[in-house]
Amino acid sequence: MSSLWTRVEPLLARVQKPARYIGCEDGVTTPRHDKLPGGGAVAWLLAYPDTYEIGLPNQGLQILYEILNERDDAVAERTYAPWLDLTEQLRSNGVPLFSVDTHRPASDFDILAFNLSSELVYTNVLEMIDLAGIPLHTTERGPDDLLVIVGGHAAFNPEPLADFIDAAVLGEGEEVVSDITAVVRDWKRDGRTSRDGLLRELSKIPGVYVPSMYEVVYDGDRIVEVRPRFADVPATVDKRTVADLGEWPYPRQQLVPLTEVVHDRLSVEVFRGCTRGCRFCQAGMITRPVRERPAEQVRTMIRDGLRRTGYDEVSLTSLSTADFSDIEPVVKGILADAQLPGGCADTLTISLPSLRVDAFTVGLAGEVNGAGGGRRSGLTFAPEAGSWRLRQVINKLILEEDLYGAVDSAFQQGWTRMKLYFLTGLPTETDDDTLGIAELAKNCVAIGKRYTNRASVTVSLGGYVPKPHTPFQWFGQNTRAELQRKIDLVRTATRKVPGVQLKWHDPAASIAEGLASRGDRRIGRVIERVWRDGGVFQEWGEHFSLDRWERAMALEGLSLDWYVYRHRDEHEILPWDHLTAGLHKDFLWGDWQDALAGSGIEDCRWTPCYDCGVCTGFGIEHVVASPIAPAGGSQGTGQDLARGGEVPVTLLPARRQLVDSPNQSVSPAAAASAESGVTV
Amino acid sequence: MKLRIRTTKLGKVRFTSHRDLARMWERAVRRIGMPVATSEGFTPRPRISFGLALPTGAESVAEYIDIDLREPLSDDRIVGLPAELTAALPTGIDVLIVAERDQRAGSLQEVVTSCTWQLWSPQLGSGHHHDACRLLEATTLELDRERKGKRSTDEVRPMILDLRVDLTPAGDRLIAELATVGRGLRPSELARLAYPDIDPLDVRVLRTHQWTDHDGNRRDVLPCELPQPTVVDASPVEVLA
Repeated sequence: MSSLWTRVEPLLARVQKPARYIGCEDGVTTPRHDKLPGGGAVAWLLAYPDTYEIGLPNQGLQILYEILNERDDAVAERTYAPWLDLTEQLRSNGVPLFSVDTHRPASDFDILAFNLSSELVYTNVLEMIDLAGIPLHTTERGPDDLLVIVGGHAAFNPEPLADFIDAAVLGEGEEVVSDITAVVRDWKRDGRTSRDGLLRELSKIPGVYVPSMYEVVYDGDRIVEVRPRFADVPATVDKRTVADLGEWPYPRQQLVPLTEVVHDRLSVEVFRGCTRGCRFCQAGMITRPVRERPAEQVRTMIRDGLRRTGYDEVSLTSLSTADFSDIEPVVKGILADAQLPGGCADTLTISLPSLRVDAFTVGLAGEVNGAGGGRRSGLTFAPEAGSWRLRQVINKLILEEDLYGAVDSAFQQGWTRMKLYFLTGLPTETDDDTLGIAELAKNCVAIGKRYTNRASVTVSLGGYVPKPHTPFQWFGQNTRAELQRKIDLVRTATRKVPGVQLKWHDPAASIAEGLASRGDRRIGRVIERVWRDGGVFQEWGEHFSLDRWERAMALEGLSLDWYVYRHRDEHEILPWDHLTAGLHKDFLWGDWQDALAGSGIEDCRWTPCYDCGVCTGFGIEHVVASPIAPAGGSQGTGQDLARGGEVPVTLLPARRQLVDSPNQSVSPAAAASAESGVTV
Repeated sequence: MKLRIRTTKLGKVRFTSHRDLARMWERAVRRIGMPVATSEGFTPRPRISFGLALPTGAESVAEYIDIDLREPLSDDRIVGLPAELTAALPTGIDVLIVAERDQRAGSLQEVVTSCTWQLWSPQLGSGHHHDACRLLEATTLELDRERKGKRSTDEVRPMILDLRVDLTPAGDRLIAELATVGRGLRPSELARLAYPDIDPLDVRVLRTHQWTDHDGNRRDVLPCELPQPTVVDASPVEVLA
């Protein structure tokens, strides 16, 4: 079919932000649908189930877009969730979901592939499947209907979407998209015979999970067994992992949007994976091991990327960028390159989005901000919990002195405000721990006042949502009322403190997120009801309402108590137990028990392996340029890193006293992690 | 050195906003390494200024941008600049002409007194356009409109300087010259008066001229040969005059 542009165009005069739907980004490839004779090329419609502004910068989607278009037998275009105004226009004018590249209807494609970076977008997935014009339920689709695939972090528990998706991809997509392309290409060539046959073939690709090939057996509420329907369907699906990031210098041509998006800058991924071991952090658990990009490649990608795009801001992305072995030489190299003709030294901004909490890191941030001519980027630290005891439970081993050292260093270097990220509702959290958040914030402002009267600290407080494939997957989430009570504790404690601002996430949204995160297949009907009830864009506060979710649960005879608030026991079969990120379940259970005992675990990239299961199971290993922890770094515990093993709870007591001299406040061995990539 | 540049905004890119356009230009001048002067202050910005904002969704063959350079460009570079900039800008934004701007020249907002627009729609025929021209016969025309959240009823007849119908390769279109001084009159507002029976959102507009006044004679800010009838995106409604 040809482009829908002439039908879309009049609708765009009637919507907000029409530039969301026009494509035309710099860096787009002209999609060639005629690569193979007779339409034999496999056409992928890569979908992001949230607005263009949020979806366009997504690096995962851009990487796959390039890799697929480079293939001789595949073509890829992109689509994003149309906002409510356009959705209404599309429905009333009978126009289907379209690609933004060439405005082709979704039905021109073979595969509709969603990137799921969070759970609250699930209702948008249903909306987009429906707008694409195919049956909502996978069982009702025929050989000519789109194949619906999901990937991304949330796809590690795709069970709540099992009714609606044909397949889920676990782990990194660089290689598996080619495997999927080959299977679909052959199936098309052989005359698109049976859809079930295709799904069965797909289920044999490592990393590809086809829910319809598995039967879930229940006994009452509990899952008794998840059984493959056929002997050649694997009992357990492993994630896919790229062994060497250096072989994948993508995106080579980052897309430059014509309209404003959330991360409107060049992004270069410096490493993937994180083994800091923060127990609440799903990203850190499911992306192991650590694989650094070669420093020289990072520098080249940044130099070429800045010139090609015309951006004067670059973000070095990862789950904890200060942990990159060659961070200092890379930063110096970027600054040197910017001085060359055609460089943008006078306006360059380098952002290091996920900083560790220590003075060394802040020194680095200061260097980056002082040397570039551009604006000073914001500083965010993520201590995550209010007390040292609780930080040991969650394995975010930051001493108060690390935080105060970092904050002191930041104010000293001219920052006047910073942001602190905390979670509440963590396992074992007491009111003392919660109130510790206010205490830390107060002390940070007090440090700042020594340098400037304008010193202020913004505390961002999120309700903790337990995630699959983490040591906290067994933990019963705090109730909405309990989360609200804890938020109110901090509100009261900070209300009259000058210089401390508090922001918090709606605890109701955390409950819906918790439900979708650890739900099983029965939650699919709940998601469908919420969607039919108009509950789209659930990540957008103004469109979220927990009432819809509670109503849908009640109509399905399901309870939030059972799905969200209940602690699981060791032997319960979890809905995602047949899917694995490589972490042994007994490792996770052991780490959960260690957490309850308040004992930490070290970062295995610099210490002996404790065999979580990932490297040994998949025959891969860390790719790290430096065998020693970065300057200032032992996660703040002061332990001997060469020793390995467990960190005793009593190793260092929590220090509540402020240390007056900034030099004393940070020992050379004191550092900690701050994966601000964590969803709070 | 100060430059004044005339460009088009045609095709899909018409849906970008005035703010979007500013970012496109900042990236384009960095991509080609143009020595743009920067503003003073805590966050220096490149000294690029834009003329009268084009409404989002409208097309144009007469957009103007002023750029101040921190060092002069060679004559050769200036000759090649339209092609160089066009390659660095999105499809649909073509640089038509680059001229050196007189140090004393006023800003675009100050000097432009009126604009010429083409209006058309698949729902409008020649008759509608000829009927629209009869607005000129009115001595007074009142329009209810909202600007910045404030509703008012304004006398807009003086803002309509001329109306006529031209046959373009894409068929008949209304050619309207509208004043920009004071509160002016937007082409979408004219469409409400000119075509009361159709939704103004269905009326397409194209700016063809921005005029300056020289002792009572109007002149293009930068006159130039317009591109030959251009077909954008192969859509018949987008064939240009």
